[in-house]
Amino acid sequence: MILPVLIIILMAGGILAGLASKWSAAAARWISLFAVLADLSLVIVLWIESGAKLVATNSSWLLDYQFPWIKEFGISFHLALDGLSLLMLMLTFFLGVFAVLISWKEIQYKIGFFHFNLLWVLAGIAGVFLTMDLFLFYFFWEVMLIPMYFLIGIWGHENKQYAAFKFFLFTQASGLLMLLAILGLFFIHAEQSGIYSFDYFQLLGTSLSPTLARWLMLGFLAAFAVKLPVFPFHPWLPDAHSQAPTAGSLILAGLLLKTGAYGLIRFVLPLFPSASIEIAPWAMLLGVIGILYGAMQAFSQTDLKRLIAYTSVSHMGFVMLGVFAFNEVAMQGVVMQMITHGLSTGALFILAGGLYERIHTRDILQMGGFWKKMPFMGFIAMVFSMASLGLPGLGNFVAEFLTLVGSWQANPTLTIFATIGLVAATAYSLRIMQKVFLGPEALQHHDLQDLSVREKIILVPMTVVIIWLGLFPQPIINTVKTPVKQVVESTTQKPVSSIQSVDMKGGTHE
Amino acid sequence: MSKADLICLVPLWILSSAAILIFFSVSVKRNHKVIFLITVLSFIADFIWLVSYSIKPEHQQTIEPLLVFDGFGLFNIGLILLTSLIVAMMSYAYFEQREERKEEYYILLILAALGACILVISKHFVSLFLGLEILSVSLYALIAYLRTRERSDEAGIKYLILAAFSSAFLLFGMALIYAVTGSMEFTEIGNWLKASGHEMPLMMMAGFGLLIVGVGFKLGVVPFHMWTPDVYEGAPAPVTAFIATASKGGMIALLVRFFHAIHGFQFESMVGIFAALAIASMFIGNFLALRQNNVKRILAYSSIAHLGYLLVAFLAGGELGIEAVSFYLVAYFVTTLGSFGILAYLSDKERDAELLEDYRGLLWSRPLTAVAFSAMLLSLAGIPLTAGFIGKFYVVAAGVESNLWLLVLILVINSVIGLYYYIKIMAIMFDKKSEVRTAEELHPLVYLMSSFTLAILTIMLIWLGINPSGMMELIKGIL
Repeated sequence: MILPVLIIILMAGGILAGLASKWSAAAARWISLFAVLADLSLVIVLWIESGAKLVATNSSWLLDYQFPWIKEFGISFHLALDGLSLLMLMLTFFLGVFAVLISWKEIQYKIGFFHFNLLWVLAGIAGVFLTMDLFLFYFFWEVMLIPMYFLIGIWGHENKQYAAFKFFLFTQASGLLMLLAILGLFFIHAEQSGIYSFDYFQLLGTSLSPTLARWLMLGFLAAFAVKLPVFPFHPWLPDAHSQAPTAGSLILAGLLLKTGAYGLIRFVLPLFPSASIEIAPWAMLLGVIGILYGAMQAFSQTDLKRLIAYTSVSHMGFVMLGVFAFNEVAMQGVVMQMITHGLSTGALFILAGGLYERIHTRDILQMGGFWKKMPFMGFIAMVFSMASLGLPGLGNFVAEFLTLVGSWQANPTLTIFATIGLVAATAYSLRIMQKVFLGPEALQHHDLQDLSVREKIILVPMTVVIIWLGLFPQPIINTVKTPVKQVVESTTQKPVSSIQSVDMKGGTHE
Repeated sequence: MSKADLICLVPLWILSSAAILIFFSVSVKRNHKVIFLITVLSFIADFIWLVSYSIKPEHQQTIEPLLVFDGFGLFNIGLILLTSLIVAMMSYAYFEQREERKEEYYILLILAALGACILVISKHFVSLFLGLEILSVSLYALIAYLRTRERSDEAGIKYLILAAFSSAFLLFGMALIYAVTGSMEFTEIGNWLKASGHEMPLMMMAGFGLLIVGVGFKLGVVPFHMWTPDVYEGAPAPVTAFIATASKGGMIALLVRFFHAIHGFQFESMVGIFAALAIASMFIGNFLALRQNNVKRILAYSSIAHLGYLLVAFLAGGELGIEAVSFYLVAYFVTTLGSFGILAYLSDKERDAELLEDYRGLLWSRPLTAVAFSAMLLSLAGIPLTAGFIGKFYVVAAGVESNLWLLVLILVINSVIGLYYYIKIMAIMFDKKSEVRTAEELHPLVYLMSSFTLAILTIMLIWLGINPSGMMELIKGIL
């Protein structure tokens, strides 16, 4: 019962905040804050409780909630929680709290509608991470899309409408392809078993002919590749990220991209194991291209938010690389990457938003030497740039290291190229520090103030967590151990014939 | 005609007597309020009779050889009655602020509804033509009702000529089919076709071809769509809402009945023609909508595309196909009525709020209206949480089940193209604007009716999107 409550709290909180803003803007902000905080404390309690359970039992599912919804199509409101969803939920609510806090001063008009949208995006994301019914999954997939469109389109920067448009069209088009694939799967399953159901666990066992599996998988892949984003499907991302208000960028980079990665792990691999193996070399190649291309683009940007946006393209390449390596180590790395990238990039966007509030530009050519005036902000920025370039001791290093170790077993050549990406990451991360906080002082900005208490409340916990993840990643790895193992097993234990066919094609899969 | 037959016809009696009652009432005294009340009450009474009496299986019967009162027909009558009721409710404020004589409008509206009702229960060419002409003739007058406006006249004449033209096609087609089969009754024609095997004589083929032209005109599918944007633009907003919903929906319902009676799905050539019409409507409707800056015209082109989506469900056939058509009609009716309702609500004395510019900054001047309109647009675009999504889902599901992959894929591509112009309207509403067009305000009570109607439509839209089970069960049970 606790699972739907998590979503209901957010949706109800959103409506309440929208209504409350009629009387008081502050009320809307406080209601939103408490709604997200309530969810955060709930999942943290769940996590602490689940610690023993996860290691002891063999089943990866901690909680399960099912309620029939549209009986005519066998659609049920089915939510379930395992280690992976739990971690993603924690990330969602952790960043969600900061998204509310960071907007405290930044958003000054239509405050009620803003918080309504903010909480509904979070509700959609939480739904995506929890649902075990494919129709419901598509439903939540769209629920997180529309409020996001409003967030960018109403409260964004100068070019907001174009960015919001592009974001909407890209994600909607790919989402519809996924819907087609879901329906295809639904009817094929119904034909085989006579049971009309969109339930994930029902559909898992569907046996498909190779061609059909390939097409259906491509439908799913389209949606996730755009969201992630994988290299040729990324053009929406720099615009959306740079034009969104800070809270929007935070949620986009920290959470929305993770839904793509989550979809790959949760749906693409288990539902279409042999088709995934078939496409793996190409997927990994695209991942590597993404890593290098994103890094290169990031290095050449002058708009700070755009720069950070391109680093996401680069970092998400590692996700693609790791997921399609089909081994536990890489998959652990991917999960770590999802969390640490959410934190580090989210923090960088918060810093960029803070700078924009102070100097009203995102152009890094007009910045420089800010360390002297804002040492605290400089320090935090240093930590997260280092995280972004993968410095040992910080979370991102663990993630990328695990991913590379795993993918080496699958494809050494591509792994070597991916490693070059780390060098490029150093270049762009240092460039941020150099241009903004070091170097000659930009003269026109005299009255720069260091981080306010509110900003410290946001950034200090993030710093602590990213260091904690770098030093003690074991709790995270333990939490997702069983789900990751099952996903990897689902691809390797499938009919021997499919693996043989890969061998003949010269795959280096073990 | 037996007594049972007469009782069966009560839904039609109520409508025709309401028209006559208003007729007399006008001759005594012109009073907008009273006449409005009679109209609304007669629609409500009719609907109550329908759901409390006619719907019971023992009361469903056929009136040989013209009419058939079955679940499908009654469902569509109910839909048409509710639609007309809503159109009437949003007409009050709209006509209250206009100079013209308002009273005859309601007579015409009731007659148009009557025509559409006959259309959806006819099983014979004669009753089909009768219903169609009652509907069309009322529409000629309704479209040109605001005759001081130039465009209203133009639209009326355009519709008159084209509709008369298409009726001629329809008649000729019927004549040819009658000449071959010797019958004008749908099932008889079906039997004849079955007996003759799969070969269709040329004359029969020509007859069906002419029928398709006539039907195509009424539906406004490409390539018979030319009248749609002009008529939508020229007609008063509530009338446009009626044309977009009851008139087109009635025709679709008739098409479904006819096609099933003659087992049309076995003729590949006919299925092919409808598939071509669907594809052309989807693409051309959506593409032409992209460059418009008149909201009525955008909605007109979008309705062409939506008829294309409906044809996909129609072509899917089978039980799921009919269910999909019915559900999509409900969703589309709610959405279209809502959009035109908002358009009528925002219109002022001189002209309808039809330019995109009229909507700039609506979120700031009238937040609730803007949110409701966004919900309508999102529903037209088929985004979850709205009725439009479930409708589109139903259509796609029906298409996938019947393996119409090409059509479904084209539908998906078109949904994305369609998004572009729906979002464009939304983006303009969210744009900040310093100056807001202020309409001359009437007494607030006048707007209460419109606001109430719009609120109900918005709630229905979201309710159908969140909990469609009830409606699905209703449709399943009735068919």
